[in-house]
Formats: sequence, structure tokens, C-alpha cells
Amino acid sequence: MKHSRLSFILISILFLSPLSGQPPPDSGNPPPLVRPAEEIRAFDTPNDAGNSITITWKRSPDDIADQGRFDGYDILRGRSPDGPFELVLSVPGGGNENNPLYKTCLDNNTEDGTEYYYAVDAKAFGTTTRAVSRMPAKSSQQWFNTDLVNMLIAVIFLSAAILYYIAGAKSGKKLYIRKIAGLEAVDEAVGRATEMGRKIFFVPGTQDMDNVQTIAGLTILGRVAKVAAEYEAKIDVPVSRSLVMVTAREVVKEAYYNAGRPDSYSDDMVYYLTDDQFGYAAGIDGLVVRQKPATIFYQGAFYAESLILAETGNSIGAIQIAGTAMASQLPFFVAACDYTLIGEELFAASAYLSHEPKLLGSLKGQDLGKLAIILALVVGLIIQLSGAYDFASIFSVSAGGE
Amino acid sequence: MKREIPMIIAGTVGIVLIIQYFIPAEPFGTLNDVFSDWFSIIQASAIWLGALNLIKVSGDKIYRRHKDWPYAAIIIVSFLVMVIIGFFFSGGRRFLDPGTPFSQMYDYVYSPLTAMMFALLAFFVASASYRAFRARTREATVLLLAAFFVMLGRVPLGDMLTGWLPRWLHMSEVASWIMNIPNIAGQRAIMIGIALGTVSTSLRLILGIERSYLGGE
Repeated sequence: MKHSRLSFILISILFLSPLSGQPPPDSGNPPPLVRPAEEIRAFDTPNDAGNSITITWKRSPDDIADQGRFDGYDILRGRSPDGPFELVLSVPGGGNENNPLYKTCLDNNTEDGTEYYYAVDAKAFGTTTRAVSRMPAKSSQQWFNTDLVNMLIAVIFLSAAILYYIAGAKSGKKLYIRKIAGLEAVDEAVGRATEMGRKIFFVPGTQDMDNVQTIAGLTILGRVAKVAAEYEAKIDVPVSRSLVMVTAREVVKEAYYNAGRPDSYSDDMVYYLTDDQFGYAAGIDGLVVRQKPATIFYQGAFYAESLILAETGNSIGAIQIAGTAMASQLPFFVAACDYTLIGEELFAASAYLSHEPKLLGSLKGQDLGKLAIILALVVGLIIQLSGAYDFASIFSVSAGGE
Repeated sequence: MKREIPMIIAGTVGIVLIIQYFIPAEPFGTLNDVFSDWFSIIQASAIWLGALNLIKVSGDKIYRRHKDWPYAAIIIVSFLVMVIIGFFFSGGRRFLDPGTPFSQMYDYVYSPLTAMMFALLAFFVASASYRAFRARTREATVLLLAAFFVMLGRVPLGDMLTGWLPRWLHMSEVASWIMNIPNIAGQRAIMIGIALGTVSTSLRLILGIERSYLGGE
């Protein structure tokens, strides 16, 4: 009898204990209260167009990811520190990437000039604890993005250097420009096509007129078309964008006019194939294989189609001159073409071919920019290695500045 | 005036876009998006110029019985089939929905053709590499060696062969070093030149010094 009473007490303890997984029905202990977020701070989001307030706070000590019991934060907004508050957004737990102790979020739906107080509700264990910002915040738009000061200085310096040398060139100062083999070869390449009685193909890339490489390519087209007109060679310009077609027609027409052969020009010299990248490559490959042009120019922006085009041109023995500022495509052109304008040479082509002082002056200004970068690299290397200052941070552009 | 007006428009838009980059406040903050929208509208309208030109040039080839006229016929037939199926037999505005004849033509004809063109790249890379890596000069020899190490370092065999060497001499480490140090250094030098060239060209366009894209000298 004594033994059975003891068993009953032990079983009762076991079932009533919290270890059994069930809370005691009338234990009288409230559930643990989640600890609140601290140091709530709200302020106008910097360098934006207004209507946004940044809220930052120190995370609740219960905001621990691996325990999985934290339910995140509710952000509430009110006109007074005593409320009433309305819910504006809910965010999960976890800290900022650069400072994990703190959490930051944006309220992008504020009225500029209105003062707001923010409350942060930490949620866990089915409980909520509120903390309220002490100071009000109001949003406003900014008239200068302070994150971009370094960029502004660079733009002003480079523009001033370019304008200075353009002014110098206009006053008759002699400017030296190094030889660019790819551009020197233009006359030879066009002459070869004339001698062979075959066509010249000019491919201005796959991008539209909003790409500066396409514009640079079309400036070279003007020169090539003029030489072709003088030599009475045939030129074909298959394009992949309607606006490039219209512009290229103007360029070729003007070149023929300047060469004194306006009657030799026809709109059919410049024609549209397709906007599709590989459709365009297939179309040009077909034309190249069937018509076997003696010379092919690739000048502009290219992507994966660069090698497909250049290798097909190479297979028919055409002399090929490429030029692009797409760094990833340059090795393909170098491998498959006779001459390649590397990056900046494409942009220098216009000045090089025309020898116009104002354009040459801009190249000289560009060189000054390059000198400044070389100096910055040397100085930066020394300072960075010495550990005195994080020199590289001067050149970083924050996400706010895209 | 034919050149002056486009030059004024280009210059004004260029200056406004530079200013808006530094000013977040309205109306500057959204100007970039506005101009991008305008360009997209002009671009979309201009597609008809291209399409009509394609039909004209191809039609002309067929009419004159040009040497390659069958290709021109294929272009016109393909173009018309896609346009007619898209406009009239694919549920109007829902023509892009899965299962419509237009979407099937896109998925089972157009996409495989595009993939086929892209796949050709593998063969062209092989033929171009063969030519580029022939050790005729000192530079080509360096290129060949670098390519050899990188290719071997990218496959398990590389580490298998060099597993007995110190860690930093494992082929995968050597390949990573080549890609991350000399390769990136060279690429950055090119990128800096490109960035400066872009700024210089843009400034010439904005100031109206560069006119060749308008058909000028």
C-alpha cells in the first residue's frame, strides 16, 4: 500500500512538472516577457528626395536567430510620444550587416515637414514590449548628395583639364598623339577591299544610340565611309537597332557627300537585321559567309556575339579591325582580328582620324586625368601599406550614389 | 538648323543628367527615370522603321531575284508568321501566356535557335584559343602558360597532380592567383582608360565639339 502511494506521488510530480512539456494549468506564473529594443532613434534619411525617415535601434537581447523564438519587430508611428501609434511596417529580427548590434529600417511613406515619433515593438514568446523614440523626426529632401562629393571633385577636375587643353588646342598649340595601329590600318583595309572588288562590312555593335560606344563606333564609320566613297568601294552596314540605322544612314550619306560622291550613296547600304543578339550574329555570319567581304569593321559595344562574328570573319580570310570598350570581349577580338582598338582607343578614334585641335585637346585633358590616377595609385599604395589611413575609402561611392 | 537643334537637345539633356546625379531633390531626383522612359518610348516607336526596312530590303531581293533571294523569302515568311500568330491567334493581349501558339513558337522555335547560336561559341573559343596560344612570341608563350595553369587549376586533375606540393602551389591556388592578381590588374587598367575615355567623349558630345554622329566632320 505504501509502495503504491509513493508511485502515485511520483507519477503526479512527473505529469505536473514543466519538464513534461505542458505548462501547469494554474501555476500562476506569467510567460516570460520579451526584453525591449533600446536606443530608438529616428532621423531624416540622408541624401534622398524626401518622404523617408530612418529608424534605428539596439536589438532586443532576446533577438537571437538560432533560438528561433523571436518574432521580429513592429514599427509604429505617431504624432506624440504618448501615442496613438499606427503600425507602419514589420521587420524580422537580426542586425545590420556593418553593425549587428543595431537594426535599421526605413519608413518611406512620410509627409515632409511633419514631426513623427516612432515606437518599436519587440515580439517574442507571444508577448510584446514597446520602446518609443524620445526625439521627433521629420523628413525633408536634400539638394546635394553628400555621399558623392568625391565624384563631384573628380568630374570637376577632369572636365576642367579637358576644357583647359581644348582651349589650348584652339589657340594653335601643337599636340602630340601616339600612333594607333588599328586606325592607321583603315585606309589599307579599305584599299584592299577596293583592289579585291569585294565589300566592306561595318558592324556598329548590338547596343542602341544611348550607348557611348555606339556613338564612338559611328564616328569611325564616318571616316571608313568617306575613304570607301573616295576609293569607290562598296560598304554594307547591317545594324541591330532602328535608331542606329537612322543615324548611320546620316553618317554614311554625309561621308559620301564630303567625298564628292553623293550620287554613289544609297539608303540600302545601311539596313536593319534584328534587335535580337544572336539573331543579329546569325544574320551577319550568313552574309559574311555568302558575300565574303574583304574587310570587316567591328566598332561599338559587343557581348557574347563578338567571337561568333570575329571567328566567322577570320574563317573567310577578311582583314578585321575591331574596337570596343567591353573589357570582357577584348581578348576575343584580339585573338580573332588583325587590329583591335582597346577601350579608350575607340573613344580617341574621332580625334585621331579628324586631327581637329579641339578633339585632340580633349585627349590631352584625358591624359592629365590618367596622370592624376597614377599619382593617386602610388600615394595610395604607400599610405595604405603604412596603415596610417584608409586611403581607398576616399574613392568609394556609397550605395546612395548608385 | 538640322544639326544645331539635335546638338542643343543633346547638350541640354547631358548637362541636366549630370546635375541630377548629384541632386536627390525633386524634380531632379526622378529625371533620370523620366528620360529613360522617353528613350524607351522613342526606341519602341522606332522599331517599325527597322521592321519596315527589313521587309523592304528582303522584298527587293526577292523581286530582283537576287542571288540570295531564298533567304530573304525565309525572313519575310518567318516575320509574317510570328506577327500574324501573335496578333490574331494568341488571345490578344495574353499572347505571352504559356500555351498560346505565339508562346509555343517562341519556346520551341526561337529559343532553341538562339541557344544553338550561343552554343557555337564553344567551338569558336576552341579555334580562337588554338590560334592565340601558339607560342610564336614571348608574349604568346606567357599567355599559353597562363592559360595552361588556369585551365588545369579549374579541374580536379590539377589539384590531384599538385597535391603533394605546399598549399599555395596547388594548381587551383595558382589559377586563382593568376585570375585575381595579374588578370584583375590588367583589366582595371583598361577599365580606368575606358572610364576616362567615356567622360571625355561625353563632354565632347555635350559641348557640341563631337559632331560626327550627326553626320558632321
